[in-house]
Amino acid sequence: MRTARTPVALRGSTMLGWASLVLVGATVGLGLALPRTQEQAEYSRLIAVHPPAAWASYVAVGVAAFAAVGHLVTRRLAWDRVTIASLEVGSVFTAITLATGSIWGRPTWGVWWEWDPRLTTEALLLAILVGTVALRRSLAPGRGRAVITSVAALATVGLLPVIHFSVLWWRSQHQGGTLLAPDPASNADNPYVVAMLVGFVAFTVLFAWMVVQRVRIEALEEEADEVVLGRAIAERRAEGRPTSGVTA
Amino acid sequence: MGYVAAGYLVTLAGLGTYAAWLVRRAKQLNRERLQ
Amino acid sequence: MWADAGLVAGKDLRIELRSRVALNQVLPFSFVVLVLFAFALDPDRGVLDRAAPGLFWVAVLLTSLLATQRSFAIEAADGNTDALRMSGLDPAGLFLGKAAAVAAQLLALEVLLLIGVAFLYGIALHSFGLLALTCVLATLGLAGAGTVYGVMAFGLRVRETLLPLLILPVLAPVLLAATRSFEAALGGVPRECIGWLGLLAAFAALYAVVGLFGFGPLLEES
Repeated sequence: MRTARTPVALRGSTMLGWASLVLVGATVGLGLALPRTQEQAEYSRLIAVHPPAAWASYVAVGVAAFAAVGHLVTRRLAWDRVTIASLEVGSVFTAITLATGSIWGRPTWGVWWEWDPRLTTEALLLAILVGTVALRRSLAPGRGRAVITSVAALATVGLLPVIHFSVLWWRSQHQGGTLLAPDPASNADNPYVVAMLVGFVAFTVLFAWMVVQRVRIEALEEEADEVVLGRAIAERRAEGRPTSGVTA
Repeated sequence: MGYVAAGYLVTLAGLGTYAAWLVRRAKQLNRERLQ
Repeated sequence: MWADAGLVAGKDLRIELRSRVALNQVLPFSFVVLVLFAFALDPDRGVLDRAAPGLFWVAVLLTSLLATQRSFAIEAADGNTDALRMSGLDPAGLFLGKAAAVAAQLLALEVLLLIGVAFLYGIALHSFGLLALTCVLATLGLAGAGTVYGVMAFGLRVRETLLPLLILPVLAPVLLAATRSFEAALGGVPRECIGWLGLLAAFAALYAVVGLFGFGPLLEES
């Protein structure tokens, strides 16, 4: 199954890593340099990180679903590693979306948490992702774990529209529309769009790097498990064989 | 400025911590593999 | 498939009838939850009757968790799982049977719990058609999703703690939709029920599809 005993090189993703570092740096620089706006004062500067983080969390769920289908069709474990990597990295971005949204909401809305449809959807998504990752971590490696992870990922994706509409209607009965930032493309001046677009690219590249890295870790862990198991089996076999002459 | 700084700090700290964990774990597993 | 489903559902329900766990433990639990809500929210301030639909569905949600765990606990005992895998029953039928048994218990519980809410919280019930429809659609979703995640966590030692974390956020849309549908029905605006009932149906359909196609591989591997 395994071929060479060379370390799994990190160099393949090194380029991706440096690129995401530079891009994230550019995002921060552009974002912090943004001018104040009338209605949101300097808090509009968070536009460079909050929407891109939310975007990355959606990308993560999409990639996980795609990889889940890939696994269920081909039964290859490589797809399964992408699924779990994407789910886990996605939960990190979801958490960051919630944190930045909350930090933005405190000065803008006056409260840390608003039951805004999008925030609520994201919060439920985080809970579901954390649950799925916890489920995955408590399963033993192998085909079974891959199938369970894939089905759970697909169910999550199918559930997202249901969650979205239920939360949307739930809130719209009390207040009109969403409270989140107005559509930046139409309202914000150019620097906001630029900073946010750089943010989108940066977080997408960073997401890709993290997934590649996480996939490697998953592969290495599976391999380590196999080695340990193989050793244990060999030891048990050796015990059973009365060759050493002790028995006589 | 406080909230903006906090927002960026949380983002960078969160991503940085996770990225650092990824790199460390990969290196550790690679080392164990060579032994 | 349908015959197998009937077989499995009949088996599960017979076990519950004979062991009386549902009757002696699960049902009293849900009533304790109702009473606890009354303690938490002062009954005199009118909070209880306004919150009654939500409290009812939270109680149902928590109880559905118990019912799901129970449904798989009876399979875990005495190596029943292997018997189930070897039985040659259609996995889709197995899923339908297990979900149907949970749904039947939950529906019975909901009837009793509704009486309890009317009695303890002083709610005047009406529009029984809409209430019943909400209960049926919500219960199908609860039982379907519960059975799907139940089998996923089935073989695990940590399933008692993992299952609530897995299921409760997933069931959140059901809680929302069923509560709003109840509020609309009891508030005399039945037209508003339609959207919520549609959401409940979509949720139930989603987990029915996942269960029908996924239960076989999941049971095989868990």
